[in-house]
Amino acid sequence: MFDNLRTFIDKIKPTFVKGGKFGWLQSTFEAFETFAFTPNTVTARGSHVRDAVDMKRAMITVVIALVPALLFGMWNIGYQTSLHAEAWPFELGTAASWWYCLWFGFLRMLPLIVVSYIVGLGIEFMFAQIRHHEVNEGYLVTGLIIPMIVPVTTPLWQLALAVAFAVVIGKEVFGGSGMNFLNPALVARAFLFFSYPTHMSGDSVWIAADLWGTDAIAGATPMGQLAAGLSPSASALDMFIGTIPGSTCETSVIAILLGAIVLLVSGIGSWRVMLSVVLGGGLMGLLFNAIGANAYMQLPFYYHFLMGGFAFGAVFMATDPVTSAQTNTGKWIYGFLIGAFAVLLRVLNPAYPEGMMLSILLMNCFAPLIDHLVVGRNIKMRECRAVRKEVQQ
Amino acid sequence: MPWSKNNPVTVQVLGICSCLAVTAQLKPAVVMAISVTVVVALSNLIISLMRNTIPPRIRIIVQLVVVSMLVVLVDQLLKAYVYDVSKQLSVFVGLIITNCIVMGRLEAFAMSNPPLPSLCDGIGNGLGYSIILIILGFVRELLGSGTLWGYPVMESLGFYNFGYENNGLMIMPPMALILVGIIIWIQRTRNKDLCE
Repeated sequence: MFDNLRTFIDKIKPTFVKGGKFGWLQSTFEAFETFAFTPNTVTARGSHVRDAVDMKRAMITVVIALVPALLFGMWNIGYQTSLHAEAWPFELGTAASWWYCLWFGFLRMLPLIVVSYIVGLGIEFMFAQIRHHEVNEGYLVTGLIIPMIVPVTTPLWQLALAVAFAVVIGKEVFGGSGMNFLNPALVARAFLFFSYPTHMSGDSVWIAADLWGTDAIAGATPMGQLAAGLSPSASALDMFIGTIPGSTCETSVIAILLGAIVLLVSGIGSWRVMLSVVLGGGLMGLLFNAIGANAYMQLPFYYHFLMGGFAFGAVFMATDPVTSAQTNTGKWIYGFLIGAFAVLLRVLNPAYPEGMMLSILLMNCFAPLIDHLVVGRNIKMRECRAVRKEVQQ
Repeated sequence: MPWSKNNPVTVQVLGICSCLAVTAQLKPAVVMAISVTVVVALSNLIISLMRNTIPPRIRIIVQLVVVSMLVVLVDQLLKAYVYDVSKQLSVFVGLIITNCIVMGRLEAFAMSNPPLPSLCDGIGNGLGYSIILIILGFVRELLGSGTLWGYPVMESLGFYNFGYENNGLMIMPPMALILVGIIIWIQRTRNKDLCE
């Protein structure tokens, strides 16, 4: 089968090069060709790293890491609806209800994912074609993450608008993937959050009321309850497993941890960032425990890891290699501050129930500055050492 | 031309603060645009008439006095005739005194040119600022509140029946900054001379 595909691609290739019949579609063709096959052009000389894992292969690894969270998220969408018998379209209590939950969630997620990919990739291809660039593979991951971090009832046109905004303003204006300083998926979420707050927060957006449409059943997330001054009705174990209302695929810490293992083993996600985000959040939580002025502050610190988008953000968003700090010391500072600010925002500002999105975006802005300071300090230290050596001699 | 190739907002990147603050709706944006145009034009004229008598060491203070006088006049007029808008604009009328466009044109042009060209320069720059303000006010009010000059456009077109909703981000100041950026983007794509 692969041989056939290869022959077919080679056969139609001449029409897509410059001067060919479809020469103006070269970027598009090239994108699909290298998506299917690793390009056979290799660097012949010079000191380059030659690795079979190019950008496309790396991005696919991230997509694989996202799969557990995605599957669990789909199941959870169905499960949350199935708790409300009047809205559940299938027969309750049957042996197959586990599959029904997954099927229901799949049908709910599919339009979100399709819209995200069509709009995002459409814009990416258009920009690449106009600029005669290669189409960049970054959107493979972004396009999957965006539907995973929005409420299941998000209207599709709003999602499309947010995706367009994120790709154009968050990425393409700076020169495309690799040049953006903000995480595009979070830009999309922030756009939705500030543009259409009634669809992004509150109690009645998290559980789909039926198979289609944007109607929702009321059901508060643990963070929503805490922000309203109540204590969360879900237990820590529920939050850990993920059977709570929330954004589509970020509720289950277990599924996200599976993804984290994939990222860490393949070396694509930075363990420094993940660890320091957890450290930052934990220390901030402990600090609030020590102050203990209200119920939210007294919440055991580890709850912060289990609620909302903390785990998902720490594993998949903060580690984004483009927008995080590049130096190792910088990564510690960057991650620590993300965790600390996320918990700070959650506890002190009830207007923004979820602090993770805003704190990652904030630290995205500061990442270049952190790197600059780390590098500058390193240069200064080495200078001092050199001078000291000279004096000793 | 100060309203296109040398636009004070999109090319000289001055007066951004008031661009963000007063353009959530079209009406205050237009009133602000007119006020700034009047102040720039008249202060340019007055300073140009006085330019040979102003001692260079205290010229900024003299300029400020002239501008403040004009701004106070404009403020009083707004309060007298369009009280609701002047309340909406609040401090931003007063802040015209510190608008970089006004000071910039006085320093760069009026101090060294005769009255008539100075007046024209002031009007031109005021118009350049006005165009941007009106575009911003139009887009932000239409998409952010679904109205234009207070008239519910989106509602009368029946958009809400199809599930359309107003974009809350549009009425926040950051979106104005992004819109200015998009205008600059379009302008530089059309006119390659402006690219650095």
